[in-house]
Amino acid sequence: MEPFKKIKTIVTPLDKVNVDTDQIVPKQFLKLIQKSGFGKFLFYNWRYDEDNHEKQDFVLNDKKYKNSKILVAGDNFGCGSSREHAVWALQDYGFSVVIAPSFADIFYSNCFKNGILPIVLDEKTVEKLQHMDDEIEIDLENQVIITPEEKIPFSIDAHRKNILLEGLDDIAQTLQFGDEISKFEKQSKIPSVL
Amino acid sequence: MGKTLFEKIWDAHIVVEGQSGPSLIYIDRHLVHEVTSPQAFDGLRMNNRKVRRPDLTVATMDHNVPTTNRRLPILDQTSAIQIQTLAKNCKDFGIKLFDIASPNQGIVHVIGPQLGITLPGSTIVCGDSHTSTHGAFGALAFGIGTSEVEHVLASQTLWLEKPKPFEIRVEGKRKNPHAVTAKDIILSIIKNIGTGGGTGTVVEYRGEGITDLSMEQRMTICNMSIEAGARAGLIAPDEKTFDYLRGRKYTPKNYESLVDYWRETLKTDSDATFEKKYVLHIDNIAPQVSWGTNPGMTCDVTDSIPSPDDYSKGDQNQKKGAQKALEYMDLKPGTPITDIKVDRVFIGSCTNARLEDLIEASKVVKNRKVSPHVRAMVVPGSQMVKQQAEEMGLDKIFIDANFEWREAGCSMCLGMNPDILSPGERCASTSNRNFEGRQGTGGRTHLVSPVMAAAAAIEGHFVDVREMDLR
Repeated sequence: MEPFKKIKTIVTPLDKVNVDTDQIVPKQFLKLIQKSGFGKFLFYNWRYDEDNHEKQDFVLNDKKYKNSKILVAGDNFGCGSSREHAVWALQDYGFSVVIAPSFADIFYSNCFKNGILPIVLDEKTVEKLQHMDDEIEIDLENQVIITPEEKIPFSIDAHRKNILLEGLDDIAQTLQFGDEISKFEKQSKIPSVL
Repeated sequence: MGKTLFEKIWDAHIVVEGQSGPSLIYIDRHLVHEVTSPQAFDGLRMNNRKVRRPDLTVATMDHNVPTTNRRLPILDQTSAIQIQTLAKNCKDFGIKLFDIASPNQGIVHVIGPQLGITLPGSTIVCGDSHTSTHGAFGALAFGIGTSEVEHVLASQTLWLEKPKPFEIRVEGKRKNPHAVTAKDIILSIIKNIGTGGGTGTVVEYRGEGITDLSMEQRMTICNMSIEAGARAGLIAPDEKTFDYLRGRKYTPKNYESLVDYWRETLKTDSDATFEKKYVLHIDNIAPQVSWGTNPGMTCDVTDSIPSPDDYSKGDQNQKKGAQKALEYMDLKPGTPITDIKVDRVFIGSCTNARLEDLIEASKVVKNRKVSPHVRAMVVPGSQMVKQQAEEMGLDKIFIDANFEWREAGCSMCLGMNPDILSPGERCASTSNRNFEGRQGTGGRTHLVSPVMAAAAAIEGHFVDVREMDLR
């Protein structure tokens, strides 16, 4: 995974609550067996009409937001299915940060596995950011969002922050605890399946 | 201070305790299916890693398998490739697979308990959010993403932040338990606490309204914990739990000594504290019908479609959400639920496709016919459920009433196989999500119990199943 760097772009406002992962990537695109190339399916049913033409009223189809890397959405973002395809689609499309008042648990943890930073902010601040036309800067190291008017601090678990900043391979780190895992297995009461 | 059941299971699975951040938690059972695993196996190959404990890992094919004749080839090439890929991955990495031809194939959350793979006090994960189903057995069971699937395959562990314990008490007795079901209890809970009401928590369902339920009904409750945003839901095991698992195909050989241990340990201490509490009284609850595009948008069958103002109680974002939902669902505020006509009926999914669900639905269907404008189908949750139902003659009851009787799979719950709604079609569905397009692009889903779905199939519109003669 690439280390997470400072980001400065305008935000893409997605003015919806309870955006579920079925909307982020509809099921017809879950059949691929690789991780790449999901960006074109992002918000597919909101982006395209039945004849596969772009819907003009959907924010991602507004050219103004073409280079935005920051999505700002409503409460309970990423609810529903555990499909990591949702995060692969956001990342492949070009988003590196998602800001919302709250996230569903599985989606939230999937983000960190793919170099996406989810930021939880209160509803008022989220609303303010959704209406901001200027570029904003995301500084993960100092845990602050810098807008032309102010600096907005955000909190994040230190362990997860580190994973993003260093671009660490989770599994390699865990396998260093091989002895602890073996020790646990020796005393486990739950038997094998077979 | 005492501990909750969840905290006891958590503590018993800590490999490395995190001081402020996440802890490394051991996973006892890993269930794998075709949709969320191919990229995980690829990751293992790329890094020359193997599966640490193939003996704790079990796979099946459920999400995109056709539910028509199993002997015919799969026409959708991308589905076929995904299914073949799982077979190859299981072979390469030495994982037990119940493939499409196996009599044990079925929805992963239906076969786990049926085969005795699900055990009380264990940690169970699967790349599927409805893994919470297994919590009905007093297991800590939750859905994970594909990166975590790879992590568990490689290490049999996960780094996890400890969720908060949430007590949901279900008090009282249902007046008519054949018409007001476990599905109506869980939909009532989600309606009240909201789709984000359980975020960051593990719910323990307690109280008379829960202990009264059969194991299959408890699975329906725990299954939909994720629809309230909870990481997992669980129920303390009792004699019903232990009886259910006794003598199944993969029930451990030392089962009775495990039961003795579980009986002593798997319960919340009387002085334990929960971070959050909610109580539902069920004496007077009605059958539930969802009207919107998330499971919290639900009302009694005796109600009318609410106005966005009434629904949102002043919250502007929720109001906008309700307006969009009504537009998508093509419904007007004030319309009685029982006036809503349906085009399709789907009895299936990991929420409601177990034997008891089919038995109860068949009582509504028996000696009646599906309304002429409705297309109705039953998709048993597993091939074992299907076989048991056929031994009881349930298939005949459904087929005589003009239901389609299918092979096992997830089917129209998420429409990854050919079983989908056409744009604009309205469906009474026993599944768990009424999200936009979930059952097919433009399709409109109403979540209901199996008996409510069966009744809607017969009458052609929603009816209060309490008023039907079910002798």
